[in-house]
Amino acid sequence: MVLKIVKYNAGNTQSVLFALERIGVQAEVTDDIEELQFADKVIFPGVGEASTAMRYLRERKLDKVIKDLKQPVLGVCLGLQLMCDSSEENETECLGIFNIRVKKFTPAAKETSTLKVPQVGWNNIYDKKTSLFSDLTSDYCYFVHSYYAPLSENTIATADYVIPFSAALNKDNFYGVQFHAEKSADAGEKILKNFLEL
Amino acid sequence: MKEAKTTDYAVAGLPIRGLGGLTKRIIPCLDIKDGRTVKGINFENIRDAGDPVELGALYAKQGADELVFLDITATVEKRKTLSELVNRISHKINIPFTVGGGISSVEDVSVLLQNGADKISVNTAAYKNPQLLNALSKEFGSQCVVLAIDTKQEEDGEWYVYLNGGRTKTETKCFDWAKEAVDRGAGEILLTSMNNDGTKKGFALDITEKLSASLPVPVIASGGGGTMEHFTDVFEQGKADAALAASIFHFKEITIPDLKGYLREKGVIVRI
Repeated sequence: MVLKIVKYNAGNTQSVLFALERIGVQAEVTDDIEELQFADKVIFPGVGEASTAMRYLRERKLDKVIKDLKQPVLGVCLGLQLMCDSSEENETECLGIFNIRVKKFTPAAKETSTLKVPQVGWNNIYDKKTSLFSDLTSDYCYFVHSYYAPLSENTIATADYVIPFSAALNKDNFYGVQFHAEKSADAGEKILKNFLEL
Repeated sequence: MKEAKTTDYAVAGLPIRGLGGLTKRIIPCLDIKDGRTVKGINFENIRDAGDPVELGALYAKQGADELVFLDITATVEKRKTLSELVNRISHKINIPFTVGGGISSVEDVSVLLQNGADKISVNTAAYKNPQLLNALSKEFGSQCVVLAIDTKQEEDGEWYVYLNGGRTKTETKCFDWAKEAVDRGAGEILLTSMNNDGTKKGFALDITEKLSASLPVPVIASGGGGTMEHFTDVFEQGKADAALAASIFHFKEITIPDLKGYLREKGVIVRI
């Protein structure tokens, strides 16, 4: 199996690569259009700011390439958000795979000392659908984010922080997880394995 | 209709719908010198307790939520040793980890993040050059910038910032520095009370609560955790988002599974 990780100006590609190595899978980080198109599976990671990331992808025409991929694609964290229509983060137009507008967490004034933004840490995911979540030994996953995808018909897992939001999305061959599967202990490794078996 | 309480869900281990299911974090801290863990560590089940990677992996397996590796050598010539160690850790360990000790520039951080660290912590260097926090958060994002503060309550009742591993007193109040640091881009505060550290008499609840309730970023409480009850106190009264400890875990005075089981029973939301 040829597994490629999209290379762009966002962090955590190394962490994803190391996580794959831990489960015994070789992958390569690339921004080469043909390599991505001919891969069996593609992971689209991301830590960073939406507009900067989208600008980089557009300059290299990767926006259209990613949107047109036919093989299973997994967006992680910012990757999931960039797969949506748009983001409130600097009013960014995104890839438009999921018909969703990404919003910022806005806790009520009395809750700002308990519900901090970003959400940092382990949260429980529930209402899990698709084989991406088969046979998990734990439902806790590691999140670090200030923006979220609201619940939609594409939601395949939910978590609660401020309000219930999409912990994962799916439409056709596109999957996205808001949490860092590459840092979510055994549960995260199982989710990566499940993605590789899709 | 009876309204469900957070604690009911926590005890049952059920998702916390609508209330925020984010867990409180338990973070073991490993002190590193020349690539090895320091302090006599009492573990039979691993081949080499002096190897930070093995010890970290054991804690991860036991259910630690994150790890902190604090390099206490942190001299320039050892920096390569540290980045190699970070690389080994990130290949082996499947939970987030923070690296601290002697970090003073964007370049230092870049090397550590490229080798797989999730966050870095800065202390004295950020106090002496606060602009470092702006630079780091701009370059890498606030989510990976942890400000470590060593603080001590003086006779006047105020908490002051100390530098250089607690050797140098400043006239700056802990709260003021923490607030400035957050404004400059620190994404988390690691607060160590020097009055409590090593005493095993409990965490400094008042200053932890003051920071946690007033600042928009998570606060990790450190120093003084000696019993499981101390952890309940720091989460409930201290409002801490996470608690860090070293020797009680290293010497198996408290194990992480026992601690988390206890906390869940007490209604604290933890990951088990």
